[in-house]
Order: sequence, then structure tokens, then C-alpha cells
Amino acid sequence: MKKILAVDDSASMRQMVGFTLKKAGFDVTEAKDGSEALSIAKQQGFDAVISDVNMPVMDGITLIRELRSLPNYKFTPLLMLTTESGLDKKTEGKAAGATGWIVKPFNPEQLLAVLKKVIR
Amino acid sequence: MSIDLSQFFEVFFEESFEGLDAMEAELLNLEPGAEDSETINTIFRAAHSIKGGSGTFGFTSVSDFTHVLETLLDQIRDGQRQLTAEHVNLLLKSVDCLRALLGALQAEQAPDLSEANELRLKFEVILGMSDGVAEEPVESLQESSGESTYQIDFKPLPHLFKTGNEPLYMISELAELGELETTAFYDGIPSIENLSPDECFLSWRFFLTTIKPESAIKEIFEWVEDDAHIEITMCGGLFGKVASNADVETANVNIESNSGLETPSPKPVKAEVPVNSLGKKAEPKKPSEQSSTSIRVGIDKVDSLINMVGELVITQAMLSQIGEQDITETTITSLQEGLAQLAHNTRDLQENVMRIRMLPISFVFSRFPRLVRDISQKLNKQVELKLLGEQTELDKTVMEKISDPMVHLVRNSLDHGLETPEQRVAAGKDPVGTVTLNAFHQGGNIVIEIMDDGQGLNTEKIKEKAIANGLVQESDELSADEINELIFMPGFSTADAVSDISGRGVGMDVVRRNIQALNGSVEVSSAPGVGSTFTIRLPLTLAILDGQLVKVAQHTYIIPLISIVESLQIDISKVSRVGKDLDVLRLRDEYIPILRLYDIFSHQGAIEELDKTLLVVVESDNHKVGLLVDDLLAQQQVVIKSLEANYQKVDGVSGATILGDGRVSLIIDISGLIKLSGLKRPGSQELLVEAKAVEVA
Repeated sequence: MKKILAVDDSASMRQMVGFTLKKAGFDVTEAKDGSEALSIAKQQGFDAVISDVNMPVMDGITLIRELRSLPNYKFTPLLMLTTESGLDKKTEGKAAGATGWIVKPFNPEQLLAVLKKVIR
Repeated sequence: MSIDLSQFFEVFFEESFEGLDAMEAELLNLEPGAEDSETINTIFRAAHSIKGGSGTFGFTSVSDFTHVLETLLDQIRDGQRQLTAEHVNLLLKSVDCLRALLGALQAEQAPDLSEANELRLKFEVILGMSDGVAEEPVESLQESSGESTYQIDFKPLPHLFKTGNEPLYMISELAELGELETTAFYDGIPSIENLSPDECFLSWRFFLTTIKPESAIKEIFEWVEDDAHIEITMCGGLFGKVASNADVETANVNIESNSGLETPSPKPVKAEVPVNSLGKKAEPKKPSEQSSTSIRVGIDKVDSLINMVGELVITQAMLSQIGEQDITETTITSLQEGLAQLAHNTRDLQENVMRIRMLPISFVFSRFPRLVRDISQKLNKQVELKLLGEQTELDKTVMEKISDPMVHLVRNSLDHGLETPEQRVAAGKDPVGTVTLNAFHQGGNIVIEIMDDGQGLNTEKIKEKAIANGLVQESDELSADEINELIFMPGFSTADAVSDISGRGVGMDVVRRNIQALNGSVEVSSAPGVGSTFTIRLPLTLAILDGQLVKVAQHTYIIPLISIVESLQIDISKVSRVGKDLDVLRLRDEYIPILRLYDIFSHQGAIEELDKTLLVVVESDNHKVGLLVDDLLAQQQVVIKSLEANYQKVDGVSGATILGDGRVSLIIDISGLIKLSGLKRPGSQELLVEAKAVEVA
């Protein structure tokens, strides 16, 4: 079972993403900010990480940069959840090592469809 | 796969309201011109989360509105715009507006958008944009009528793998669009000694025949447009693939240079799902009468519960083991030990379960900075609000119900208590008045104080008013405290004219009644020119109370321990009869009316002789009465079961509980009992006078 780490400071988004992915047969771990996600990611491996950008403590861009610098996450798909107003965030995220992005708002079907681009 | 989004609504609403509270608190902390970036960031994040969530869950009215907020905050955050007082006011109004919108959506009503639209217009004026605010859902997905063939050249840069992208998945996605013909070029692969396994040396040329538009292809490569050379060329109709890429007349689009591509990125998915699934489906459907509320509990509290349940299970195992043995001296000893252990476990468990419902009172306090700010602006008074003891914990139910009475008291303090800056200066005080909210635990109670350093209650005026309203007689001799008490009488209001701030037809009597309904009490103390203090006392929880079990005839009643002052044997020589059938006991320098419980509850067979019974002196709202009982039994914590929910409201009884032997016992409602017995305040005054008269005679 593929393991996915879902990071979002909003509990409802986290639940929605988590629920959708679990229903699609993924093993999902949730984290509420970048710093929590990073420490979880260091303890266990994941096949993909989906992270919100704007979060307290550690934001998504920093998380992606940190993760990408870890040997275990060199090739791991790291996706960010962003809003349409965050166009420059996409560039920033790519520069930090993000694989791609999912634009909010999205629904569960869209999430899974986008995920197919990087994990099967 | 379809997922019902409505299951996430409750969490979304809850966190949105929390977010709005946080926004409000931070906004009130902001000093325009001296804002720190973390505060702005917190406000931004709250708005951002609400927008993201509302968009995802289909509440477009909220997400459209939040969008302008977010844009403004983003500009302030990035330093493109200076925060002004106008912004803060507008943002605060938006917080209110969003609360209303979300509240309506939560109640599954159509939200009133007029205010939101008005505010949105103001934001748009500030932002200097009046176009394209609402992200129009991009519905650009007309499938081209016929099939086309595209030639796609895909040459990843060596670092492609390090972005986490996988060419193989992209190729399979391409294949899903139509008929795909693939050629791989491996001429870029270096000799083995130069080969780095981390890097991508392959490149591809595809011929794709599809009915999908070109944008569908671009979307597949969207994430790697900076990490590869990509060229997409339309080769015309079905047979076009024989032509080479250069000599076809159609547009040759290089993705790298096409920046317009980024905007409609929800599209790729839309190609695969019904188009209407984005906007429409998430409307609230099922009517939910019962608004299920939830509380967040710290993981440590849950852990300690699990721990205790573990111990409980061990004790249970131990006891059942003893139960299987023959009864001997030793087993009885260990049985007793086990039972003591069980009692200990149960008490711990109970305490910890109660702790789960406890929240810091800051949940209530946090709404006051805004309230005080708004009211003081309206009244042209300068006010500093001090909050103390914000971490004091209180049962969630009590908390919800104490909020309104507190708002009323604070409003009163601001309106009637504090003077205008001019008056304050004239009185030699700081022009800025202070209102302090203080909370602390005292015994099994929480005490909340609302203090102001204003002019204090005007006893003269109160007395005049009370006489005018017929509450007291001109001739009554009242102490200052007794006069102050009068403000809690029904039908009493000192405001000369009903103002917008206080005096909304809700008097202090309602405040007191609401607090009493929580088994609490409210008192006032005041000093002219120095200020007033309202003190609210509340039980920590509504679910359990410490009770004194008493015997009346064959029945057991429970008196809340908190209201008991003392219990005593009656000295018959100190009892005088007042009026027709009321006995009064002189206890030190007070006169205590004696209420015969057997009489009130119509029981036969109780001890009627005063000197053979016991008197439990109880106090409610500074009013003491003695309850005549046959005997005092144990003291214990009792779980309160609602009578209203299971039977009907009974005067003089606040609830019921089940005793250890399985019998039901009624819990006495002291203030209700006093009312029931016909002893009214300030009747105690008459009583006292009358009792004195009797004694003299």
C-alpha cells in the first residue's frame, strides 16, 4: 500500500484529503504543519507528500525544501496545495523542489486524478 | 468514486469560527503603522484557510468574499500596502459578516449577501480593481469536434527525476487521451563511466491522435515545463502524422513561453469528471435539527483517560478473581482492598472525564476586547480592558450560558459605570477608565469578577427609583448593600433613557435569573467614586454536584453542599412565630425563617417537633433560610439527571439523582424553594422588623 503524508493546518481540509486518499486505497498519515510533517517524514518513508503552503510554524515551501534535501526524499513526489492567487508560489515551490501542485479549490475526484500523475 | 463532502462541513465550520475569532483578536491587537509581520501572517492564514475550505466545500459566497480580504492581506503582508485604521475597521466588519454568512450556511439557510457585497465593493475600491474578483470557474472545455493528431517532442533535462516527476506516468496519461505512438531516443545516454543513475538521458517523440484539445496535452506536461523541452505540434487530420512537424500550418506552441497556461489549472481534472461536480454538489442537503457540537480535547487528556481505564480493568480483573474464590477472612480483606481501589479508580476517572469538558475561560473573554472597543467608540469613552485568569477552566456548557450575562454586565459597566473622560479628569482620575475581567477557582466554584473604576452605583438614585417603582417603602431603612441589591429586582432600570448600549429591555433581574439557572449567584459591591464590582459564582460543572443527603420522613433529599452555611440543633427558646405559621430562629444576630421540608413536599410521618429535628441553614442570593430535616445522612457527589428531560419541571427541585441503592432522590433547588415558600426579597426586611417586634413584645 502506497504511503502518503498529507499536511494542512486546516482540520477540515486534512480530513477531506485524508479520507479521499484512504478511500482510494492509500495509507495516509496526517500532519498539521510543516514542522510536524518533517519530523514524521524523517521517521518513516512516504511514497508522496501533499502539503498546504500557508501554515503556521513551518510553511509548505520550507517543508518541501527541507524534504528534498533529505536523501530519502530525493525523488519522492512532493505536491503542494495552492490557491489560484498564489501563482508566484508555484514558481517558489518548484524552485524549492516541488514536483507539482494542486489548485484549491479541488474536489476529491480532482485530487485523485492529479495524484495519478505522480503515483500509481 | 464519490465522496460526500458534507461529512466535513461541521469541522470546517468549527475551524472557520475559530479562525474568525483568532482574526478578530489579532486585528484588535494591531496598531496600524506598527504591525508586526507575524500578526498579519496569522490573520492572513485564517482568511486563507477559510477561503480554501469554503471553495473546496462549495460555499462560493464565502470564498468569493474572502478572496478580496485575502488579496488585501496578502498585499499588506508583502509590504506592497500600508495597513491603515480603515483597513482594520473594514476587516473587523468582514469578520462579523463572515460569521453571519457561515452561521447561515451552518444552519442551512440562504445567507444574506447584501452586507458581503457592500463590503466587497469597499475592498475592491481599496484594491483598485473592480474586475475579475470572483474567480470565474473556467469553463473553457469545449472538446474539439473531430480528431487531431499531435506530434509531441519531449526532451527532459537531466534533473527531471529530482523533481519527483515520472516520465512513464506522463506517457500513460498521454495514452489515455487517445491513440499514442511512441518513439524513445536513447542516443543521449552517455558511456557507462559517465552515466549518473540520478539523471534522465532519454527523450521521446509521440504521435497522439485524440479528440481532446491541445490544452489537455499541455496539462500533462504542466509541472515539468521548466524541466524539459516540450514541443507540441498539430499535424492536421487523421493522416497528418506523415508530415513532419515543420511544414504544418497550425500553431506551434512552445509551452515554455506560454505563461497563460498557469491560470486554468483545475481543468485537467475536469476533463475526467462531470463538469458540474465542482460548484454544485456540496450544497448542504440533509436537514440536521440537532446541531451536533464537538469539543477539541488535548491528546494528553485522552491518554490519561486510557491509562485510567486500564487501571480500572485491572481492578475489575482482580475483583472477579476474588469473587471466584471461597469466602474466607483473607479474601474479605482483599475484597475490601479491591473495592477501595475501585472507588479510587472511579473517582479519578470521573475527575478526568469532567476535565474533558473543561475549557479555559479565555473562550468567553476573547469576545470582550472587540465588544469594549466598539462600545467605547460609540460612547466616546476611553477604556482599557484587562483580562486576568484567562486560563481558568470551566465546563463548556456553563461557559456557553455565562457569556450573555457577562456581556450584559460589561455593557452596563461601560455605559453606567465609567464616566466620560472629562468627568474623570474633573474627578481627578485617569481619563482612561479600566474594566477588569478576572476569573479564578474557589473551592468547587469558578468566580468571575467584572470590575470597573467608574463612579460606582448611585445609591440615592437607586433608592428613589425603587420607591417610585414600589419595590421598597420610603420608610425602609436600607444599608448601602441592600440598596445595591435592588438593581437585581425585576422591573428595575436606572437608565433615564433607554440607550442603545444597555437597557435593551433586559434588566439585571434577567442576568441574575440566568446565572441562578446555572446554580450560580451574582453579587454587586460598589463604592461611590471608586467603582463597582460584580461577582459571579458558578459551579464548575452542571453535571455533578457535591450534595448533602438529608432524611425527610422516609425520603432522601439532596441539598447542594455549596449552599449550606451550617447545620444545627434548634434551641427552641430562640424560635419565635411570625404571622400565621412562620417560625423564625434567632441565630446570633440574624433571623432565619424555618422552612419545614415535609410540609413543602407534603410528606407524612416526619418529625414535627422543632427540638427533635435538625436545621440546615442554607443561603441563596444573600438570603438565608433554615430547612427542617429529620436527619443528616452522608455527603457525596451526585450525578445530576434532568427532571425536565425525563419527567417535567418541578418547583423547588432542580434535578434528581440515583443513589447507591438504586433509589431516586430529588435535589433541592434552594432559590426555587424560597420562592415556593412565599418568602420574597426584600421580605426578609419586613420579616426582620416583624421578628424584632415579636421579640420586644
